[in-house]
This record gives sequence, C-alpha cells and structure tokens, in this order.
Amino acid sequence: MHAISDALIITKRQLLQLARVPELILFSIIQPIMFVLLFRYVFGGSIDTGQPGGYVQLLMPGIFVQTVAFTLAGTAVGLTADMQKGLIARFRSLPISRSAVVFGRTLGDGALNIVVLTAMGLTGYVVGWRPSSGFLNITLGFVFLLVFGFAMSWIGVLIGLSVREERVATNATFIAVFPLTFLSNAFAPTTGMPKPLQYIAEWNPVSTMVAGCRQLFGLENQFGATAGSFPSENPLTMSIVYMIIIMAVFIPLSVRKYNRAVNK
Amino acid sequence: MKAITAEELYKTYDKGKIKALDGLNLDVEEGTVLGVLGPNGAGKTTTVRVLATLLVPDSGRATVSGIDVIKNPQEVRKIIGLSGQYAAVDETLTGWDNLIMFGRLYHLSAKAAKSRAIELLEQFSLTDAAKRPIRTYSGGMRRRLDLAASLIVKPKVLFLDEPTTGLDPRGRQDMWGVINELVKGGVTLLLTTQYLEEADQLADEIAVIDHGKVIARGTSDSLKKQVGGERLEIVVENQHMAATKEIVARISSSALNVDEGLRLISAPVTTGSKALIEAAKLLDKMGIHPLDIGLKRPSLDDVFLSLTGHLAEEKKDEDLALASKKRGR
Ligand SMILES: Nc1ncnc2c1ncn2[C@@H]1O[C@H](COP(=O)(O)OP(=O)(O)OP(=O)(O)O)[C@@H](O)[C@H]1O
Ligand SMILES: [Mg+2]
Repeated sequence: MHAISDALIITKRQLLQLARVPELILFSIIQPIMFVLLFRYVFGGSIDTGQPGGYVQLLMPGIFVQTVAFTLAGTAVGLTADMQKGLIARFRSLPISRSAVVFGRTLGDGALNIVVLTAMGLTGYVVGWRPSSGFLNITLGFVFLLVFGFAMSWIGVLIGLSVREERVATNATFIAVFPLTFLSNAFAPTTGMPKPLQYIAEWNPVSTMVAGCRQLFGLENQFGATAGSFPSENPLTMSIVYMIIIMAVFIPLSVRKYNRAVNK
Repeated sequence: MKAITAEELYKTYDKGKIKALDGLNLDVEEGTVLGVLGPNGAGKTTTVRVLATLLVPDSGRATVSGIDVIKNPQEVRKIIGLSGQYAAVDETLTGWDNLIMFGRLYHLSAKAAKSRAIELLEQFSLTDAAKRPIRTYSGGMRRRLDLAASLIVKPKVLFLDEPTTGLDPRGRQDMWGVINELVKGGVTLLLTTQYLEEADQLADEIAVIDHGKVIARGTSDSLKKQVGGERLEIVVENQHMAATKEIVARISSSALNVDEGLRLISAPVTTGSKALIEAAKLLDKMGIHPLDIGLKRPSLDDVFLSLTGHLAEEKKDEDLALASKKRGR
C-alpha cells in the first residue's frame, strides 16, 4: 500500500509551502512567543505561586499546551482553504490512499509544531524557564505535547472539512479551543473558580496535559488543584486516555468526511 | 466499446428541492469526444463529479472503461484525468512543484516525475513560468497547468469541465489546439461547455442537458438542423414592429423571439440567404427600412429556444447569482 508514502507527499507539499512563503513560519512562531513574554511580564509579577523559580515555571507548560491545542485551528483553516480551491476534489480524483491527504496534513501541522515549540522553549529559557527533570523527561514532555497537538489536529480536520468558509473555520476553532485553554489550570489555579467550573476545569484535557507536563518538567506544585481529585492525581494517565479517545473518535470520522467532501 | 456510460442518474440537493441530476443518461464511445452542452445549473459539473468518482448519486449506475464508478472508485481513479471547472492547483507552490507533487501522487518515481514535468511544461508552453508560484499565473496559464496535472499519467478517459470559461479568445484558441492534440492521441474525452461553438470545434457528438436531463443528442450538424440552422435577425423602428413580426412569421416556421427593448425580431430559418433576401423584399414592399438585418449562426440560446420552447431564463438569473457570489468572495 502507498498509504504512508502518499501521506508524506502531502506533508512535503505543506513543508514546501513554508519554504516558499517563510512568513508563514515566522507568524506561527511570533504569536506564541508574544504570549510567553506577555504572560511572563504582565501577570508574572502579580501572581504569587510559591513556586521556586517563579510563575514562569508554571506558565511555560500552560502556554505550550495552549499552543499545541491551537494546532486544530491551523489544520482546519488549511483544509477549508484547500476545499474551497477545489484541491480536495482534485486529490480525491487521484488513485491515492483514502486517508493520505488528511494524514499528510496532520503530520505537516505536527512538524510545524516542532519548530514552534523549539522557538517557545528557547524564549522561555531566556526569560527564566528552567525545567529541572533531566534530558529524558524533558524530551518526553515535548513528545507528549506533539502527540497532543497531533490528536487535536484531527478535530481540526473534521471542522475544516465541515465548514464552507475559511473565516468560519477560524471562528469555529477559536470558539472550540479558547474556552478550553482558559477553563483550565494553564494560567491560574483552578481552586479559585466557582465549584462547578472547578470541576470542569480539572477534568478538562488541557488541564491534565498541563499538569502532566509540569510533572515531566520536574515541578511538584499542582498550582492549586483540588487535592486528591482523580485527574489532578493522575494527569499523565488521564492525558493519555484523552488522546486515545480523541484519535479513536476523530480519525475515522475525519477520514470518512474527507472521502465524501466536495467543494462548493 | 463504451468508454463511459451513465444510466438514470439522480442527484438532489436541499432535501430534494434541487434536482441537479434528474434521470440523466449518457454514453461515450471509446476514442471519441462528447461535448456536454448546457447553461448554468444544468447539471454539467454534477455529471462530471459523479463520473469522476467525487460524488455518489442518489440512484443510477455509471461506468468508466467498464468499471463501476460507485462500487469501484479507486480503480476508476487510476485511468481517468480530471480538470475541474475552476483550476485546482496549489497557489502557493510553483508550477514545477505542483507537477512533481501530482506526479508523485500518481506513484511515479522521483526521476519519472521530473522528466514528465519537463515534458508537460514544454507541451503547455509553461517552461518559462515553471519556477513561479501559481499565484502569479494568468487565468489561461493556470488552466493549462491544471490540465497538464490531469495528464501526468496518460489517462484513458479525460473529463474537462468548462475548460475555456473565463479565457480570452486567444487563450481559448490555444486551449482548443491543446485539446485537439490530446484527442489525436486517442484519449476518450468528455467535455462540458456553455458554448455551442466550442462543442462544434472539439466534439464528435454533443449532448445538450438542461435541468439534469439530456434533452438532445447528436452531431453538431444534426443539432443545428434541429435548431433550424441559421437565424434571421431584424431590428426595426418601434412603429414597424408588428408588421415585421408578421413578415418573419411568414418566413420561419418556428417560434419567433422578440426583444421589445432592442426592437429585435429573430427566428430560425432553414433556407439561409434565400430567407434573408425574401425578408428584405417583403420589408421593402411594405416601405419598412430595417435598422439592421442579417443572418446569425445558431447560439446556445437558439438551441434552447428550439429544443425546450423557452429561452433559458434561469440561466440569466443564475449568471447574476453567480456573479454576486464571486464578488462576495
Ligand atoms: N452542493 C450543492 N448544494 C446545493 N445545490 C447544489 C450543489 N451542487 C450543485 N447544486 C445545484 O445543482 C444544480 C446543478 O449544478 P451543476 O454545478 O452541476 O451545474 P452546471 O451545469 O455545472 O452549472 P455551471 O455552468 O454554473 O457550472 C444547480 O441548480 C446547483 O445550484
Ligand atoms: Mg459547472
């Protein structure tokens, strides 16, 4: 089967786009870096975390997760654009594997995440982020982030192939991801929220991812999570479960959607 | 052998309100060219999409080279080429990048993809523009690159959806040349168009479709005969409209078409210049001096007028709708 090589051709196309229009990379990097700097210097001073090394240690995993969660938006907008231009229909008329185009796209967006995370990590280092867990755990943390981004990307495929306009894709993904990242422990402790919200926030996959990354990057501090709640006790396990569920649901749905997609 | 068959294709949209295909039947003999002629919204693109495996019809059967397009789409994709109504190539990438990508997706080796790209760029006069992003291409260049991409692996059956819409006369001529070359190479071609002249130039046979059905089928000559060949067109002053209508009605046996605004009266005629001379004589006898008088070759509107007994009015509405949709983008 050509399933893998076909997908890689699509991925290569996306990387070639980045090479032809380098601004695309530049702007995917600038926004997360801006976030790092803003949060670090605007809120960092006023939030007392009791964390050795300061707020930036807690902040970086939060921003990492938020950024990879937004992979979904890039995937969706890219696919909507391809569909509007008739490219999806074109690809569908070719004798390629039924999943190649969507797999290629999610892999390409994953590859872009490597660049983005690297840039953010370096910026974080400059402003005082010092993960203390050793090379292996830190690498594992980044792998974790990449897989989460990949999983979220599949939600983006379904959205991207379901809407008809790029602007709708942009707005729909923003509405889907923005509350998810703020209704979490990424930037502030969950214990300060009203009870029902706190409950949602702690079970939110973004929170379990953030807590998991904090663990992998060597932090003890749970940043005000309710002591003893299941997700805050087992963030890594919960995150893995979430990623598996997301992929198990959205990969088949997305592939199915792709094979019926017609532009117009 | 039949290269393409379609039997009783039905496809509706908006819960049955829009009948895009309403029992469409088609077949194309191997190695020949079928021109599918119809106005906006007739169902041309829908037909192409079904045959090119992009759309599953609500009911009906279709085959390409004997392979069922609904049951076995992947096999069909191996032997067809498709160039859709709007050029579908990656705008960010260069012409070269696009051809290599599509070559690789057709499972050519890197080397074979390269040499095929070089050949195609040459064939379509795009060698000079090869390293430029498609964004910078003109409409005609885009169209040619799009066509080139559908020919990477020499297809047995080729679908071209309105290949010259939006091109200037020169671009259209060029495209006709390219298509004629392809046809000489033996490919079976199904081409859709809104222009009778284009079907005339390129097709062995023409199927006229309207409202999702084939309403006439035949060679260009036989269709023109049905239309009544040429049309007599006369423009007169307002006060002579009524008299002129009577004269034209006497000469033509088909329905008149009267445009009060333009003060134009027209009708199909079968006797060519004889009809023209007769009309001129009769007008002269009545003391009417037409502002304009002449014979026109049949247009798509005439085909419709004659075949359906009504002008394709929806066509004009849809043109407007389409134009505003495009502006909205
Ligand atoms: N996705 C869709 N949703 C709703 N209606 C559709 C859809 N696709 C096509 N139609 C309708 O089906 C009919 C046939 O459309 P089709 O695109 O096949 O026409 P066409 O002959 O290609 O027209 P044109 O010359 O404008 O390209 C039209 O009335 C069109 O509005
Ligand atoms: Mg069309």
